[in-house]
Amino acid sequence: MTRKQRRMTIIGGSLAVLALAAALVLNALRDSIVFFSTPTMVAEKHVEPGKRFRLGGLVQPGSLQRGDNLAVTFEVADGNAKLPVAYKGILPDLFREGQGVVAEGALDANGVFKADTVLAKHDETYMPKDVADALKKQGHWKDDYGGKPSDGGKTSDAGKPATTAQGNPQGAVR
Amino acid sequence: MIAESGHYALVLALGLALIQSVVPLIGARLRDVALMNVARSTALAQLLFVGASFIALVMLHVNSDFSVANVYENSHSMKPLLYKITGVWGNHEGSMLLWVSILALFGGLVAAFGNNLPLSLRAHVLAVQAWVASAFYLFILVTSNPFLRIASPPIEGRDLNPVLQDIGLAVHPPMLYLGYVGFSISFSFAIAALMEGRIDAAWARWVRPWTLVAWIFLTLGIAMGSYWAYYELGWGGWWFWDPVENASLMPWLSGTALLHSALVMEKRNALKVWTILLSILTFSLSLLGTFLVRSGVITSVHAFATDPTRGVFILLILCLFIGGSLSLFAGRATSLKQGGLFAPISREGALVLNNLLLTVACAVVLFGTLYPLAMEMLADFKMSVGAPFYNLTFAPLFTLLLLAVPFGPMLAWKRGDLLGVTQRLLAAGVAGLVAVAIAWGWATGGSTLAPLAIGLGVFVIAGAVTDIVERTGLVRLPFATVLHRARGLPRSSWGTAFAHAGLGVALIGIVCETTWNSEYIATMKQNDVAHISGFDVKLDGVLQRQGPNYREMIAEFNVSRDGAPLSVMTPSKRSFTTRGSSTTEAALLTRGASQLYISLGDANAEGAIAVRIYYKPMVLLIWWGPVLMAFGGVLSLSDRRLRVGAPKPARAKQRLQPAE
Repeated sequence: MTRKQRRMTIIGGSLAVLALAAALVLNALRDSIVFFSTPTMVAEKHVEPGKRFRLGGLVQPGSLQRGDNLAVTFEVADGNAKLPVAYKGILPDLFREGQGVVAEGALDANGVFKADTVLAKHDETYMPKDVADALKKQGHWKDDYGGKPSDGGKTSDAGKPATTAQGNPQGAVR
Repeated sequence: MIAESGHYALVLALGLALIQSVVPLIGARLRDVALMNVARSTALAQLLFVGASFIALVMLHVNSDFSVANVYENSHSMKPLLYKITGVWGNHEGSMLLWVSILALFGGLVAAFGNNLPLSLRAHVLAVQAWVASAFYLFILVTSNPFLRIASPPIEGRDLNPVLQDIGLAVHPPMLYLGYVGFSISFSFAIAALMEGRIDAAWARWVRPWTLVAWIFLTLGIAMGSYWAYYELGWGGWWFWDPVENASLMPWLSGTALLHSALVMEKRNALKVWTILLSILTFSLSLLGTFLVRSGVITSVHAFATDPTRGVFILLILCLFIGGSLSLFAGRATSLKQGGLFAPISREGALVLNNLLLTVACAVVLFGTLYPLAMEMLADFKMSVGAPFYNLTFAPLFTLLLLAVPFGPMLAWKRGDLLGVTQRLLAAGVAGLVAVAIAWGWATGGSTLAPLAIGLGVFVIAGAVTDIVERTGLVRLPFATVLHRARGLPRSSWGTAFAHAGLGVALIGIVCETTWNSEYIATMKQNDVAHISGFDVKLDGVLQRQGPNYREMIAEFNVSRDGAPLSVMTPSKRSFTTRGSSTTEAALLTRGASQLYISLGDANAEGAIAVRIYYKPMVLLIWWGPVLMAFGGVLSLSDRRLRVGAPKPARAKQRLQPAE
């Protein structure tokens, strides 16, 4: 093979791998991205049952009910609307009424949000980022919701704090 | 006094770094040996002063001097000594100080052990190193001074985030930073080569050990962090594809690519331009990781927008270094002489494929990390890119890579014989297929892909073994000769085999854990028994205990199998009064490479307690794999070839070594 042919082989191979990666990414973007919604957005947009999304808001005080065998129901509210949530499992350490929460799952036929993951944060002064942003946007942000959300970055640190205080995993129940 | 001295030492280090940024370059221009040698002294002095500054902060934390804001915010007088020390880097300011300390350490090492480097190359490398250092000293002094005093000192501190009060934090961030920051050396070497316009195989020989050191620490650091998350967060997850984790994975991927391309450059004097580019990219990704973690942009784009000082500062550093180095690269790369020629099917070709797949996989991770941030900033809607995305993108690319891994080391340089290698790998392929069959027969439930993935893992391990068998002539030669050949085999060949086998081991662990993990979640009362994967777990009782700075609820479980008692497991839940938060301390029972995992939820009014029990088969392989890889790295590092200046091996001995 000449130098040119060899170069073409390598360039061709590179393009093939790049094309493969691009195809994989585009395919994955179609159905593996999870969007974030608040109860208000759910009410307005009419999300169809079975479509997975993340629901964020505050746990409505007085709405938490524990059933048999770790089944719980509660309501997530954002000031304008609320949505009933059903979950089975252990709630995170810092799950409290009146505090921020993010749940992942889908609506069932009756309009109840069936969560398979409930996320809350270890740090009490920390409000999940998505929730804080959504509440701020709607003008429901009050300082007594539990401190500054931006503080989250400060509490955890060094190297890879994600798994301890910033990212979604901590306190998560799967 | 200590705080002020620490602060002062840091300012002096900045001064030294500024001198080191300029003077050696002037020296190199003027060919003035004395001026070039300034770099050596300043690098060592910098290390001294930054070290003093770091020790000052450690002392402040140990003494619980709450008149210093950093200590007040992150420490508590009742905290155990170990966590007083590790708490130093458990916060933004302290961890940045650790960052620059490690940067100074690497600079100092080049200064101390770089005697065999050409003088002007050393001067250039240390000058570039000083540019990075100056930028980060400025960042610390301007935006995140750890030595700030509080006007009226409080009596007690606010304590460290309880999740960080763990031995994992003592080890994980320093390891990770040794990796991250270690890549600054290959970056400095790359920039120095571009500035000098001269690059050859010797350059790669100097760069490789440094890259290898950084890579070993990064590998261990990532594995360590993953294990820490696994036992500390209480639900047994070990990797979350979280942006902060991705921030450490990306430099690892491109660093691994760099390690391999530097090999081609060293052996065959080819891929020069690409190696230089990879050196720049790897450190750029380290900087990007620092930006992602330190600026708070992940926590909230909006928080970043409202208090942008730190974020914008790091972003400026990032743009300056990435932009500057890439433009320098664009301007100078063409002037570098093209290297050796090789056929697509050859060791070089295989290493190109390795680089291609690793960098593309890295690009995919980069995309998944930045896409949600970009969408939030530009289109103002939120989404998360999680495991499903990476399973569909990262996993196929890595599968291709793993399929190719056993072929690489067995192909000859320049022109390889793919058919011959395939024949020699036949046994490994059969081993993989047998593993698929066994896993298929054994497994109940789970994805059909799982047995195939296990087969792939076995193939990779068997491939690594085959390589060593081939090289030593095991099976076909008398045993004494084999032993002799094994001893004569370059350490780097052993290193390659161990590191590649580590990949297979980790893959098997990952597949087994995710596919056959069983869990039991329920509330348990005293004397309740849970049955999981053949284990009987009985709750004996719950007791309370007072720790140094927390209260602890401990549950005692008696674990037995087929009536035979095995062990007592005591998971606990700690409540930290100062921060009003709690942590879950999981209990682990190791059986071979598998683990039984118990963590506690809340206790209810009747005294019943929520319990999570997992049985995780082969889970430890996930971390043994990286440990094997790092061990391979250490072996390769001890290769005599990399000890520049070591005496050349005798000719007769050399002939006994198998050709590479």
